[in-house]
Amino acid sequence: MVDVYIDPHVHMVSRTTDDYVRMARAGCVAITEPAFWAGYDRSSPKGFFDYFRQLTEFEPRRAAQYGIRHHTWLCINPKEAEDPVFAREVIGLIPGFLERENVLGIGEIGLNKNSRNELEILEAHLQLASDHGLLVLVHTPHLEDKLKGTRLIMDAIRRFPKLDPGRVLIDHVEEHTVGHVLDRGFWCGMTLYPDTKCTPQRAVDIIECWGSERIWMNSAGDWGHSDPIAVPKAQMEMRRRGHLESLVRRVTFENPERFLSQSGRFSAQPLRPTAPDVTR
Amino acid sequence: MAPGVNGSGTPMTRTQVVDAYFMEHRARLLDVAAFLDRVDRAAVGDDDFRMRAFRAAVSILGDGRPDRARRVLELLSDPSTDLVAKAGMKGATGAHDPAKGGG
Repeated sequence: MVDVYIDPHVHMVSRTTDDYVRMARAGCVAITEPAFWAGYDRSSPKGFFDYFRQLTEFEPRRAAQYGIRHHTWLCINPKEAEDPVFAREVIGLIPGFLERENVLGIGEIGLNKNSRNELEILEAHLQLASDHGLLVLVHTPHLEDKLKGTRLIMDAIRRFPKLDPGRVLIDHVEEHTVGHVLDRGFWCGMTLYPDTKCTPQRAVDIIECWGSERIWMNSAGDWGHSDPIAVPKAQMEMRRRGHLESLVRRVTFENPERFLSQSGRFSAQPLRPTAPDVTR
Repeated sequence: MAPGVNGSGTPMTRTQVVDAYFMEHRARLLDVAAFLDRVDRAAVGDDDFRMRAFRAAVSILGDGRPDRARRVLELLSDPSTDLVAKAGMKGATGAHDPAKGGG
């Protein structure tokens, strides 16, 4: 059985056209791509200007060739936030891109190693989101840093009273953070990774324990060991256990659609695959 | 909110859960056992903070209490609350090093 789904967090600039084909065949109709670390630090803020063009111009066209609607989030990732002067220059570029039609908000911002400079740049992003009334997609730290970082991030967001927790998604939750995030009124995302974060099995366990309100699943596929069709694998896991189709659809389509539609720019309507633009 | 308050639980019986997952997790259990044997066979060196945390986490698996996944993750987590002065690296080691403070 193939049902449609949304992958609300995937870094397609790092993936191949074969991945787009597999995702489309597995039922993917829409994706959102947060700005990310390239695997190396950019040498100039101008590198981000080019990256933001890629996210708002080229990648939507590439996705459309496979019938997938592409949306994006803009920021400088916390992995590159240790130089605040550099990071603030990048943040200064973002307002020039906010009117582009596939931009949903600010993300993925947050903390990586829970440092003072990372927090300063997180707060600068939160100020930008607050000033412009934007949705926020939050990255929480890896492994041993996640629990502490998740708490620090939620405390920081609460210092911006204009940011409604219902318009903030805190991503990469696991068993030790999901309850804290839901308790404070935020949305949460589970990232399905082969080695770290959640497997599809554990993600379904979390739904069985915590319910299906304000929660979604994503692949966060990127340039590392990851699986761009992890969401349909989680759908299969839910069916294997005998969960209702309505529950499968809620957490893999309706929930992300509901959260993302708050941007006023998100669409998961069917899209006819377009022909490649050979003139470019 | 506590786990199970809003969740629907699993629709499977205990036998169905075991039927579905036993072989997969038998293999993973043997991977863990073989990994511990491999570490023991390594002639040079001692356990570092990661292996001390790993052995403590293994003991959680057999304590008969619920929420093992949450408790293992908490055991591996940095318990401190203060910001670090500067990010020394971008990656993570998978377990908290008590030598860095915070327990």
